[in-house]
Amino acid sequence: MKRSSAPIFWSMFGAGGLLSALVGPALVYLTGIAAPLSWGVPLDLMSYPRMLAFAQHWAGKAVVFLVVALFLWHAAHRIYHTLHDLGLHSKALGQWIVYGPSALLTAWLAWALLSIGF
Amino acid sequence: MSAETRTMGKRRPYRRAMDGWWTRNPFFVRYMIREWTAVLVAAYALVLLVGAVRLAQGEAAYSAWFESMKSPFALAFHWVTLAVFLYHTWSWFEIMPRTMPAIFVGGKRLARGVITAAGIAAALACCAIVLALALGGGR
Amino acid sequence: MAEGDRSPGASIEVEVLRYRPEQDSEPFYQSFTVPYAEDLSVLQALQHIKDDLDSTLSFRWSCRMAICGSCGLMINGIPKLGCRTFLREYYPGRVRVGPLNHFPIERDLVVDIEDFVGKLEKIHPYIIPREPRTLDQGEYLQTPRQLQRYLQFSNCINCTLCYAACPQYGLDPAFLGPGITALLHRYNADSRDGGQAKRAAIMHAEDGVWGCTAVSYCSEVCPKAVDPANAINQNKMASAMDYFLRFVKPGGARK
Repeated sequence: MKRSSAPIFWSMFGAGGLLSALVGPALVYLTGIAAPLSWGVPLDLMSYPRMLAFAQHWAGKAVVFLVVALFLWHAAHRIYHTLHDLGLHSKALGQWIVYGPSALLTAWLAWALLSIGF
Repeated sequence: MSAETRTMGKRRPYRRAMDGWWTRNPFFVRYMIREWTAVLVAAYALVLLVGAVRLAQGEAAYSAWFESMKSPFALAFHWVTLAVFLYHTWSWFEIMPRTMPAIFVGGKRLARGVITAAGIAAALACCAIVLALALGGGR
Repeated sequence: MAEGDRSPGASIEVEVLRYRPEQDSEPFYQSFTVPYAEDLSVLQALQHIKDDLDSTLSFRWSCRMAICGSCGLMINGIPKLGCRTFLREYYPGRVRVGPLNHFPIERDLVVDIEDFVGKLEKIHPYIIPREPRTLDQGEYLQTPRQLQRYLQFSNCINCTLCYAACPQYGLDPAFLGPGITALLHRYNADSRDGGQAKRAAIMHAEDGVWGCTAVSYCSEVCPKAVDPANAINQNKMASAMDYFLRFVKPGGARK
């Protein structure tokens, strides 16, 4: 009986699901609502110099990479299963459709973070 | 009636179709909503990804991206996303008692509600820490 | 409930899905009017139909006390045991009874559970002693704490309600499914058992624990509080750990 490769994707699904459940609402509120509207936050919260400094620090890079990549792979795994739930019988096709773009986007993210420099 | 169906004693198991299965039970509708939260989680990740790419492209590109975050469409999107994330947080910890190994305290299995409540409390604490860091820590 | 509901004249409408393979091209609902009483079960209503109204109706039953696991039915769309579901839960509305979802219909309310039985045989559903012992060495001792680890999973009565509740099994019958995985876990989690390696390949396969998406309706409908969703999902963690650690564990890389 062939061993499933699901543990790789499931682990990222689980890690991303837990991370987004724990800090997701605060992040969405901060980056999507409070900062653009300047609601009770420092005016330069998401200013270019401050974000650049954040992303140039290795810890900041790690935070951005983990949040974006894990959120992405969490969602990808659920969407892959949802395609099956809605009638896409080929699991291999579903994996290519969903995990393929996720891998490309993750590479793009890594490139962006590296080109920001240290 | 065909000749085949008239044959007595012949097994002819009937398979029912699964089309639209999730619409037939409210429990399955809630399951589908839980799974579809992933679409907005992915969309939010994409927003941040574009932000990171714009940051790498320099000040002008980043500032244009941040300006676009102030558009009514972007704000509406984030309000909806916030609601969906809150649902995700709730549903994640609601299912947790079923997905983690049982915990026994004093010989009795820990009640589902206790695990869910602990998870939501942890999420509240983590969100509070993130907000505190963003609002005060950096100044 | 009003006194009148128990009057001799009270009745309730019971719709039953009929399928007679020798004459019906597809299943259809047939309506029966059955005498109503507060203490009548859905199973008793079916027995009344068979005894007094239409002797051709086929359905499975045996113990009438929720332990044999034979009378699983879709009752108003929900998988339930006919013997412990009462007409009073629906009266004065009608009751709609069908065969368990996701299994092929053999005849009327009888489904084909050959697939379930075949899977049950494959998981070595018995204790494979961790260490051979002679009679002189005495019994295999177990602490209450060790008993707790598997007790709830040993309460399964093979009624297959969880399979009728599981859309993943309906979408892909190759999936091992909730009840069998709960039993697999029941033996794996038993301190006296040493057969984990024999059950590993089935568990780690795509159609093993990984066919589950944690819908968890199986655990909602289980009449014995087995919580099969918990059995499956805690084994995802175990299967994932084994997947990543097999190369560093002694003797683990071969699998």
